[in-house]
Amino acid sequence: MSADDLTPRQTEGVLHPEVRAPSDESERGPGGERLQHAEAASKPIRADAPREPQPRGAKVRGNRPIDQAEAAERFLAAPMHQKAHDERLWDVRRKRDVAAHGIPEWEELRELASQIKTHTLTHLDRYLEQFEAAAQANGVHVHWAEDGADHNRIVLDILRKHGAKSLVKSKSMLTEECGFRHFMAAHEIDVIETDLGERIQQLDDEEPSHVVMPAVHKTRLDVAEVFARTLGTDPDNDDAHYLAESQRETTRPLILKADAGLTGCNFAIAETGTVVTCTNEGNADLSGNVPPLQIHSIGIEKLIPRVEHLGVFIRLLSRSALGSPITQYTSHFRGPRPGTEMHMVLVDNGRSERLGMEEFWTSLKCIRCGACMNTCPVYRRSGGLSYGATYSGPIGLIIDPTFNKRKYSTLPFSSTMNGSCTNVCPVKINIHEQIFAWRKVLAEEHRIPLLKQGMMKAAGAVLSRPAAYRAAIQTADSALRVLPRFAVYNPANTWGKKREMPHAPRQSFHAWYRENRMKKGQDA
Amino acid sequence: MRIGLFVPCYVDAFEPEVGIATLELLERFGLTVEYPYDQTCCGQPMTNTGCHQEAAATEALFVKNFSGFDYVVAPSGSCVHQVREHLTAIPQTDEVKHVRAKTFELVEFLHDVLKIEDLPWAAFPHKVAYHSNCNALRGIGHARPTELNRPFFSKPLNLLKKVKGVEIVDLTRPDECCGFGGTFSVFEPAVSAKMGYDKVTDQARAGAEYVVSADSSCLMHQKGCAERLGVGLKYIHIAQVLNGAAA
Ligand code: SF4
Repeated sequence: MSADDLTPRQTEGVLHPEVRAPSDESERGPGGERLQHAEAASKPIRADAPREPQPRGAKVRGNRPIDQAEAAERFLAAPMHQKAHDERLWDVRRKRDVAAHGIPEWEELRELASQIKTHTLTHLDRYLEQFEAAAQANGVHVHWAEDGADHNRIVLDILRKHGAKSLVKSKSMLTEECGFRHFMAAHEIDVIETDLGERIQQLDDEEPSHVVMPAVHKTRLDVAEVFARTLGTDPDNDDAHYLAESQRETTRPLILKADAGLTGCNFAIAETGTVVTCTNEGNADLSGNVPPLQIHSIGIEKLIPRVEHLGVFIRLLSRSALGSPITQYTSHFRGPRPGTEMHMVLVDNGRSERLGMEEFWTSLKCIRCGACMNTCPVYRRSGGLSYGATYSGPIGLIIDPTFNKRKYSTLPFSSTMNGSCTNVCPVKINIHEQIFAWRKVLAEEHRIPLLKQGMMKAAGAVLSRPAAYRAAIQTADSALRVLPRFAVYNPANTWGKKREMPHAPRQSFHAWYRENRMKKGQDA
Repeated sequence: MRIGLFVPCYVDAFEPEVGIATLELLERFGLTVEYPYDQTCCGQPMTNTGCHQEAAATEALFVKNFSGFDYVVAPSGSCVHQVREHLTAIPQTDEVKHVRAKTFELVEFLHDVLKIEDLPWAAFPHKVAYHSNCNALRGIGHARPTELNRPFFSKPLNLLKKVKGVEIVDLTRPDECCGFGGTFSVFEPAVSAKMGYDKVTDQARAGAEYVVSADSSCLMHQKGCAERLGVGLKYIHIAQVLNGAAA
């Protein structure tokens, strides 16, 4: 079905304005053609359009549980942002479907990828040793970091040894996890992001909101505003080419004179000691190939055994992420260029502990394609920053609590558990089942609000006693109190604020049955 | 064949006509259907919130009510999914295992067990948007979800095609969740309602007059959203349509 088929068939006046508003969910170029490059496809907003401030993310207060629902509500209160975010990500999800359905063996590929990851993770010690030996044989310095602080210290030591003062970095969620940017700033090292989206986020002093599209929650006007503030561009010009070019002009010189480059890692091949990165802007190549000192930060779960396995993941990654057959640049970094040094830092940061968690260890298979976020209806309407964590969306819900059970105890509840995430996941992580499992763990450990647990206790008591249950629902009013709102622990009617209440019928099914179907003398 | 009818708590309280239609429809096929009188709920609200212990007594009651039947049939994909996949707070005796394996959602019972050919009494000459409840779609396999690269099939649409006059309209986001999500709808009302509005908007834009679903919970939520938006869509359970409800 094309977007042209979606014009309302109902007459104007009958429909609510929200329904009447034209819906064009596909991104179109100047000639009206549908754009296929998701990352370049954000809609222009005319500079004279009413402006809407960009909603900010979750309020993070130390270790206190993140209130995702509150942040999501603020995101929803900015309809221009919410709509753009939802439609853009849905468009990517659609392109993903087209790409996935274009490959007959897609489901087999997913299964194969899942098995390769299972195998690697269950023999991880072996493959890590193999990787280290191969990398050392290639002339690479290999380091091991137990946690984020360890990682940051190791990198700082390397930089100090070389007297390096500036570092260009290509997008790495692992370094976000380690708080790398802030750590380096405190030690007077200039860190410059080379990925466009990541650079936007850096200039705006925000975290990435998505693992593949870090600034997807921003409109073009937001970006124009950030660049005007930080790079001196025209605040009223939100032309994508103008903005991208301005960023390039200002960042290239920094890249060319940087003392060191750091990249993340999509895949680390044990057999060859190679690091593989996939980018659409070629920025990992700049970080890796220009400065004289090259560092790669590698989460230990990124290992795959052999080069021949790589093809399986490369076929899945970009199709799942953006619906494109392949990322523009798939770069292999193996050894130092002559006259330079190359370091690899293998980072645990909670991963081996997660590997020991019976219900959650398969989350380590994740290749960070972001497909689960794009398809998640809650993510699309909340924005990634509402999760207040490095990893947002469905995958975030299951790995964030492994980093900090108290702070992220609420996240597994920010889901309807509809299961779409599990179906799009290229490595077949049973994401929604792990969300379900987390809720159980959190309830058992009393990490859900006491009142919520109390309400569930009360609901369980009523629902397990037929007489009490009958009494509770015998009149329409009391049924309304018990059923749709049985779990509401605050005095406000959260159902009725935005929805009409169900109309209570004259009698329950139970009463109808007694009246119409019970034989005489059979009355219970 | 002894068939036990399970009428979930919210159907019992808010949509009794769905329970009645389910009972009458099964009887039209010559089946004897019993309604265990002491039934309440499947335990889903508690389990969905992580509170499995709090669900144990309700689960035990469910098994006590239904262990004597060859099949348990319920007009609710999400409750059947709960029973089949998540009724685990009590020891898994043979009795429990039997009940879990033999609990069917109405559509799959008609489609897979009875393999019905014809619904001569049913006519519903309207434009209909079908809403797939997520637990029915992905949890118990009502249809092929759009994400998977597998041949298309849909049990509810196969049944609706047997109803005279039904015209199915296409949604832009056919199996996107409507935001009910059990207790999600009360704990995250803002996102939940927005998802509901978007769903209702999609249905109205597709030109639907009626929305048909196998789950009353989704319908209740969508109906609440449609009424709030002032959209004149009507919501009806598939059991009623298959049982020959006129508009
Ligand atoms: S969990 Fe799966 S779908 Fe989500 S980012 Fe990871 S690999 Fe992609």
